[in-house]
Amino acid sequence: MDLECGPEYDAFREEVRQFLKSHGDRAPAGKDRAARPSTEAVEWQKLLIEHGYTARTIPKEYGGYGAEPDILKSRIIAEEFSRAGIPGGLANQGISMLVPTLLELGTEKQKRQWVEPTLKGEVVWCQGYSEPGAGSDLASLKTSAQADKRDFVINGQKIWTSTAKEADMIFCLVRTEADAPKHDGISYLIFSMDTPGIEVRPLKTMTGHAEFNETFFTDVRVPMDQIVGQRGQGWFVANATLGHERGMLGDPDALENRFHALVKLMQEERIGQGRAIDNAVLRDRLAALQAEVAAMKYNGMRILSDNLKGDPGGMAKLIVKLQSCELAHQISALAIDAMGEIGILYHGSAREREGGAWQWNYMFQLGLIIGGGTAQIQKNIIAERGLDMPREPKLAKPASAERKKGAA
Amino acid sequence: MDFGLSQDQKMLRDAVARCLSDTCPLDHVRECAEGEASYSDKVQSALSELGITGMMVPEQHDGLGMTLLDAAVVAEQLAYAVAPVPFLASHVLAPIALAQAGNEQQQAEWLPKIVSGEARIAVAIAETIEARDGAGVTNNGGKLDGTALFALEFADAGAFLVADATGRLHLVPADAEGLKKVPLTTIDRTRSVGELRFAQVAAEPLADDGGATAARLRDAGRVILAADSIGAGQAMIEKAVDYAGQREQFGRIIGSFQAVKHMCAEMAARHEPCRSLVWYAAHAFDAAPDEASLAACHAKSHTGEVHRFVARTATEVHGGMGFTDLLGLHYWFKRIGFDRQILGGPEAVRAEAATLQGWIHAA
Repeated sequence: MDLECGPEYDAFREEVRQFLKSHGDRAPAGKDRAARPSTEAVEWQKLLIEHGYTARTIPKEYGGYGAEPDILKSRIIAEEFSRAGIPGGLANQGISMLVPTLLELGTEKQKRQWVEPTLKGEVVWCQGYSEPGAGSDLASLKTSAQADKRDFVINGQKIWTSTAKEADMIFCLVRTEADAPKHDGISYLIFSMDTPGIEVRPLKTMTGHAEFNETFFTDVRVPMDQIVGQRGQGWFVANATLGHERGMLGDPDALENRFHALVKLMQEERIGQGRAIDNAVLRDRLAALQAEVAAMKYNGMRILSDNLKGDPGGMAKLIVKLQSCELAHQISALAIDAMGEIGILYHGSAREREGGAWQWNYMFQLGLIIGGGTAQIQKNIIAERGLDMPREPKLAKPASAERKKGAA
Repeated sequence: MDFGLSQDQKMLRDAVARCLSDTCPLDHVRECAEGEASYSDKVQSALSELGITGMMVPEQHDGLGMTLLDAAVVAEQLAYAVAPVPFLASHVLAPIALAQAGNEQQQAEWLPKIVSGEARIAVAIAETIEARDGAGVTNNGGKLDGTALFALEFADAGAFLVADATGRLHLVPADAEGLKKVPLTTIDRTRSVGELRFAQVAAEPLADDGGATAARLRDAGRVILAADSIGAGQAMIEKAVDYAGQREQFGRIIGSFQAVKHMCAEMAARHEPCRSLVWYAAHAFDAAPDEASLAACHAKSHTGEVHRFVARTATEVHGGMGFTDLLGLHYWFKRIGFDRQILGGPEAVRAEAATLQGWIHAA
């Protein structure tokens, strides 16, 4: 056990701290939840790229900083920004998913055209993966792309396309080979959201906001060269990106920050003459959550060490999404309970706390438990890949159909 | 930076695991647990040969002077094998106490005997956490009165380390006049606890440090108990997965049913982060004293909660067989139950964690 990073890294940490001290005031105020970054956020992004605090390992010729990959330095950057409460680089789906995919599998032309403006926040992307009939079983997607002369003609529907309203571009999985086995008939296309035939409808969720959209395609014509990878290889192209998405939902710094906000809330909320934290039952739950947050923090350090050694990580890594999303949800749940009746206030009500953020989080985090691979799919993955348990045998028909047949 | 076990610690882990798989099969555990002498001399002497008995004893007293993280590595393996041997009190807590607060004569007399396995020292500090049944020991001019419950590694102990009401520790030989020893029988037959009744018992005090050594023992004890739960939980999860991979019902391996598979996944998902939590707590004990108590509280309470779930869920995966004595799964179940209650259950430990952070206003 050695938690020292060494002099090179201590110096690097100091450098990040100095940067935050001298430039931190230029960061956009608060968390910028808007899909289209503000001018302020774009300027901040530019400054961060110049200093190598975001887009760090992306080659210079594509608009990045061009540093050698160094997991520990990336971790130090994330830690210091989080500690200072200053937003780091833009973290949208274009940057986290499309850019790594293009760098790995795109053509030279695609890389030159799209990576830099995406990094700079000039081009906003949305992701067209899930469909109403293809959620956990994403590979069963049906949106079709038929070859017609030099175009694909796309028809179908996508769902959960966050930022589709604001996006300039979409990276989208479509079925190009109707007769191929399901994993082999998919292609990965990129096209403009201004293409005729695209309709975006906001999808209002339980939070009362439309954080997502449904996107409909009717005879949308996309030139065939706007494919990433080969025809029929889209499933594998997309899986390369899903790998890059890893970690986005299981950020231990975010959990710690939410937890500290919860402690503060419980110290400030009054129940009669006392504080919420003076209630022994609530306080017991708080301490229990703190231990869980600590466990996930150290689990994250263990994964980081494994990565540094080139070790794939195993069980410690497989459980992160399941545990972190549930824990985040439980932190919000305790906040609501600590507020008592105040906890139900929402929609800008009088006496509402923190703009209803705890209620919004509580509901949205339930969405995160479901999205990005449901908790149940995560458990399958843990059992099958982590514990080497057998897969569920495939049934041709639902059991009810079998029963009816038997009765007949 | 390297968060995790060193190469040496992995070798230690593997050596202890091999030693236990050779000397401590479940049949042997059963023999000990069902017999009169609860501890296994055979396993104890094999561990002694590896240096485990003296691992926490400073080198100048013939020990190996190892760290609490090393001890946690061993504890995990002992629990994995449900080994009926003394470890926590005699080979971890007593050496820490004597090294920190014992005088030269006490160290010279007891530490080499701990290394050789000649003598064991039981530790009774339960009342520094919470007094049950009115227990508690007072020190009246060097003579002890009162009762100490849950002296750990009670059977055949050569001496007892007992905390008085101020938290100061005293060394009491097993044959001291006025000392009455009453064994307590617990769910866990692989370990031994008992009650000490004092009537004007002459004792040798350790340094009067305002309870600091007793607090160190609580921290260390909690980390070791948490590590023990992890080892027992690991064994139970492996057994559940193994059983689910063999047992067939409805023409299928039951492990292919998601209802069963998800129980196993939930156990693994909750169990795995505990390992990092306990490693960190052990490391804090060794290297970050300011964080040690809080980290030990988190490790103890959280692994206690998680492994209660693991113990019952792994048993359920085994169906009716899990409930029988035949399979012996209950040895691990009970080991986890013991770990959870001793040195403060989760609620008591969390209250302590809250106090440590100033979450509770002094009334």
